[in-house]
Amino acid sequence: MQDIIKGAAYVLGDNIDTDQIIPAKHLVYSLSDPEERKLYGKYALSGVPDAAAGLPQGNVRFVPENDHRSPFQIIIGGKNFGCGSSREHAPEAMQIAGIQAVVAESYARIFYRNSVDGGFFVPFEATQRLVGEVTTGDDLEIDVPKGTLTNRTSGKIYSLRPLGDVLEIVKAGGVFAYARQAGFLKS
Amino acid sequence: MGMTMTEKVLARHAGRKSAVPGDNIWVDVDILMTHDVCGPGTIGIFRKQFGPAAKVWDREKVVIIPDHYIFTNDQHAHRNIDVLRTFVKEQDLPYYYDVGTDKYKGVCHIALPEEGHTRPGEVLFGTDSHTCTAGAFGEFATGIGNTDAALIMGIGKLWVKVPETMRFEFEGPLPPYLMAKDLILHIIGDIGVDGATYRAMEFAGDGVMSLSIEERMTLCNMVIEAGGKNGIIPTDAVTEQFVKSKTAKPYQPVADDPDARFHSVRRYKTADIQPTVAKPHSPDNRGTARECKGTKLDRAYIGSCTGGKLNDFVAAAKILKGHQVLADTYIVPATTEVAKGLATTKLDGQTLAEIFQNAGAKISQGASCAACLGGPSDTFGRLNKSEVCISTTNRNFPGRMGSKTAKVYLASPYTVAASAIRGEITDPREFL
Repeated sequence: MQDIIKGAAYVLGDNIDTDQIIPAKHLVYSLSDPEERKLYGKYALSGVPDAAAGLPQGNVRFVPENDHRSPFQIIIGGKNFGCGSSREHAPEAMQIAGIQAVVAESYARIFYRNSVDGGFFVPFEATQRLVGEVTTGDDLEIDVPKGTLTNRTSGKIYSLRPLGDVLEIVKAGGVFAYARQAGFLKS
Repeated sequence: MGMTMTEKVLARHAGRKSAVPGDNIWVDVDILMTHDVCGPGTIGIFRKQFGPAAKVWDREKVVIIPDHYIFTNDQHAHRNIDVLRTFVKEQDLPYYYDVGTDKYKGVCHIALPEEGHTRPGEVLFGTDSHTCTAGAFGEFATGIGNTDAALIMGIGKLWVKVPETMRFEFEGPLPPYLMAKDLILHIIGDIGVDGATYRAMEFAGDGVMSLSIEERMTLCNMVIEAGGKNGIIPTDAVTEQFVKSKTAKPYQPVADDPDARFHSVRRYKTADIQPTVAKPHSPDNRGTARECKGTKLDRAYIGSCTGGKLNDFVAAAKILKGHQVLADTYIVPATTEVAKGLATTKLDGQTLAEIFQNAGAKISQGASCAACLGGPSDTFGRLNKSEVCISTTNRNFPGRMGSKTAKVYLASPYTVAASAIRGEITDPREFL
């Protein structure tokens, strides 16, 4: 895990469910094929209704047409981020699109667990609501050891909740590395 | 200190005397289930992490049920079924329900109990969020992602954070116009779509214990829509009779200790609950069918792991019998066994299938998840434009059933059937 994560913000609202993150019709592509998996990046967050895509103004494409990488690296979310299905394609699609961290008010537990166990990115929880505080495109910096999020555009600093129980898995880089450390797998 | 059912199952599977909410423990897994959407990804990670020649930890404990994208011309979807076939052959797995064979089942959460894979006191993980349905059998069952599933495939264990338990008690048998779907939509309206995050939801009281096993499955099925980790219902004669009719495997039920500690206890009188709907675009956007009366509908949909079981179709048929639908109505049996039931179960001399055909409903030729989650664009019943639909399914977030401009109302099979007849949302009491 990097100590400092920098990037442009993409702001979403509450209850962003996995069908909005990666609509079900796209769940057919292979995640093992290096070329085909790029399609998950291409369609990441394509299910978000246009008016809610990139707050506060909306109508901001997360991934430009004919591309699979997003110009945004950090998602700011509201409550219950990632609710809905257990599809690991959701955090993986976001990672393929280039997301390095999500900072939300709260998470649905399977999405949170998948993000950590799959080692896709770190799902941080903010201590306050950041939707409305941060604008899509703002320049953000997360200081992991300090537990802070700095909005370099507005100059404001926000605190993040400690990672708690999952810190060991995040540090290990995912559940396989963690299970190896716990002696359940031969290295 | 006393334990809840959920704590007991997890403690036993971790080889411990007790488990306390918040503990992180490694549990032994009794059944791992996967399907055509998440199976290929899981298999990919399994091979990468354990090596191309690796074998699953226990071939009797891995169950693979293709069900999501079956009746489609999508070539990627067909390729994914081939990935499952190759893996099953290579691993010699006995519990694979292949497409296009007599073994094909349909929706995994209904197929699991039909095939005897859900047993009291066990731990079941599945790569699908509605795996929680199996809590109806008094076991710990929850959804996981591909990575966790691949780890289980190799070692038969997974770490779990022991959840606190929220208890929901219902007093009194259900009035004739209510179904379990109304109860769970009512609860989700009360606590919200994140009201049970990281927690177990236990359902009890004489109102719950008077429910059939299928209705109990509906209750547990939608705990995920409240953010719950698992749903669970005490084991009784109804559970045991069902399970013993499906499997000879031994199992060990658990019960709450008298001094078990709960996060919270909510008590409801079933007679106070109304036929309930979840309005667009969230399962917790609660209304009653009466309040929504007059809402015009393009479509009605009866199917899925939530509302596509035989009892759901019997309920719908009771209302549809002798009527014509005004809304386009789609009937999708969850499994092949349910589909057979449509052809053999009769109400007043007519089969359910005949009742639906006579009412003008369209019946799917195959059992699957179909349009509950949209799926490929040629999926039966998929909402491809800005339609308004009332559905017995489980989610109504934007785009869930296809187009993100469509509007979906969730309701019980009674309410969906009554609304299909009128072409607008209708309280089923008008027909019962």
